Amino acid sequence: MYVAVKGGETAIAHSLDLLADKRRGDRDVAELSLEQIDQQLGLAVDRVMTEGSCYDRSLAALAIKQARGDLIEAIFLLRAYRTTLPRFGDSLPLDTSAMVAERRISSTFKDVPGGQVLGPTYDYTHRLLDFSLATEGDRPAAPTAPADTNRTLPRVGDILEREGMLEPPPLDEASEDLTRQPLTLPASRPVRLQNLARGDEGFLLALGYSTQRGYGNNHPFVGEIRYGQVPVSFVPEELGFAIEIAEIDVTECDMVNQFAGSHDVPPQFTRGYGLAFGHSERKAMAMALVDRALRAEELSESATSPAQDEEFVLAHSDNVEASGFVQHLKLPHYVDFQSELVVVRALRAEVEARRQQAALDQAAE
Amino acid sequence: MTDGTYNYAYLDEQTKRMIRRAILKAVAVPGYQVPFGGREMPLPYGWGTGGIQVTAAIIGRDDTLKVIDQGADDTTNAVSIRRFFAKVAEVATTTRTEEATVIQTRHRVPETPLSEGQILVFQVPIPEPLRMLEPRETETRTLHALSEYGVMQVSLYESIARHGRISKGYNYPVMVNGRYIMSPSPIPKFDNPKLDRSPALQLYGAGREKRIYAVPPYTPVKSLDFDDHPFEIETWEQCCELCGSKESFLDEMIVDDDGKRLFVCSDTDYCERRRTLPEAAE
Repeated sequence: MYVAVKGGETAIAHSLDLLADKRRGDRDVAELSLEQIDQQLGLAVDRVMTEGSCYDRSLAALAIKQARGDLIEAIFLLRAYRTTLPRFGDSLPLDTSAMVAERRISSTFKDVPGGQVLGPTYDYTHRLLDFSLATEGDRPAAPTAPADTNRTLPRVGDILEREGMLEPPPLDEASEDLTRQPLTLPASRPVRLQNLARGDEGFLLALGYSTQRGYGNNHPFVGEIRYGQVPVSFVPEELGFAIEIAEIDVTECDMVNQFAGSHDVPPQFTRGYGLAFGHSERKAMAMALVDRALRAEELSESATSPAQDEEFVLAHSDNVEASGFVQHLKLPHYVDFQSELVVVRALRAEVEARRQQAALDQAAE
Repeated sequence: MTDGTYNYAYLDEQTKRMIRRAILKAVAVPGYQVPFGGREMPLPYGWGTGGIQVTAAIIGRDDTLKVIDQGADDTTNAVSIRRFFAKVAEVATTTRTEEATVIQTRHRVPETPLSEGQILVFQVPIPEPLRMLEPRETETRTLHALSEYGVMQVSLYESIARHGRISKGYNYPVMVNGRYIMSPSPIPKFDNPKLDRSPALQLYGAGREKRIYAVPPYTPVKSLDFDDHPFEIETWEQCCELCGSKESFLDEMIVDDDGKRLFVCSDTDYCERRRTLPEAAE
């Protein structure tokens, strides 16, 4: 009887052992290496790095392995590690026009300077299961041209902007670090973007989708999506000038949206912005849609839809928070439940007493 | 953990300092929710990350830590958090309420009266007492600032109108020091009177919501009620099956397929002490 809640310590130890055993699976099947995860489950690694806010492929691969492929668990693992790391300072803003793009498309123009570069994408595949992948085999390498690292790829948005058709990007605004400071509302756009970048891909996807179905529509066009390698620069205090400290893969989405204009501003196009580590077009696009939707107030649009509701979106976008709080319902709640039992029993007893009294009164008449 | 991987008590010293500043502010303004830069902890949100951060910020090697969940020292979450601090803070742990200098708790206040110098750290899921009445933080902060608490009184009144009584069993709202309405965290209302003018310091940590609040020792904490519907706590017809207590909060267990019930103390330390020390039972 009482034993049911005793012995927690040993039971937990056994649970951990079982989990480790389950993680390894059938010992006759070769164990996954981090290199395999990095190379062959690269998009999973990208997502974990993005939502884990930590660009480190091997750590993300380790997290995925440890989490047995549960990406939200992997994101959690990576974040819990990240939070212990010392901060040296802020890097300079990425210059994505200096990107060595593997893919770059614009849906607003048939052709753009630098061309449409399709790159590796599922967009043009037929979703037929490829049974040849069920067995191991030699896969021929794809022919590639040498990357032109000398030229910069002008952003489509910049070209529109010169004409005054598109609003300029916001001025450099120092942003707070959401992982160090609590979210305060109303939030600045940099803080919102930070929140969205860490936000759950599925949540942002559904919200972005909802804007397309009329819940806060803002008539989006993909001004440009680009994916490739950009240098990261940092100014160490003791040097006083910028040095390149890394090259990272990012996906950037510049969404172009209609805007009717206001008292002071003639009609022009506005921007929604999305950026994700690695190759994550779905995430970057969804982020751009939601970013634009959240600018409703700034652009004097009526904010009536969930995706335009800053507090609703920002408070619920984080999957590590959401996952923890939803799943905490598994923790024992028997004390609260006991309180509820006592209350509900008392309420029911009162109802029953009233009913009996009513029956007696009726019989007496 | 002395291998240098993590700092003492897991959090780095800057973070602890930031949390201590938030705690000091919280103590200075009893019942006020102080935003703080909550960190990602190696335990999931909703499982005590706020309480753990508060404990990590205040604990030292001389402390003795007790961790309870549902009043019990041996529930999974309590075991997990106690193990965490035994490991990262090399701290002595105990199950005895009176021996502990820091008690981290989820959902209960110990039955054994606390004394001066003890600190009770609560794990808080939703720090905002008005949240279920007004989901927007931007609104509720204003309501607190203006002491505009009509919405809470109306909700309690509606409960009386509908059910003939205030049908709130846990997380029963309190007024702290006559100024701020505060969520006592999801403790049963049975425990609310223990918060009032307690000699111990009460610290409340909400990790996911990034808020810390506090009730300093001997601060008045009043459970909200009406003159004609005074606050009352849960009572049981049964007494504890193990120690015979009639005064403690009882857990109900289903012991056979026919639904036979057994009632025992929720506070395992209290119950055990009463059984092993006959004088404690008197």
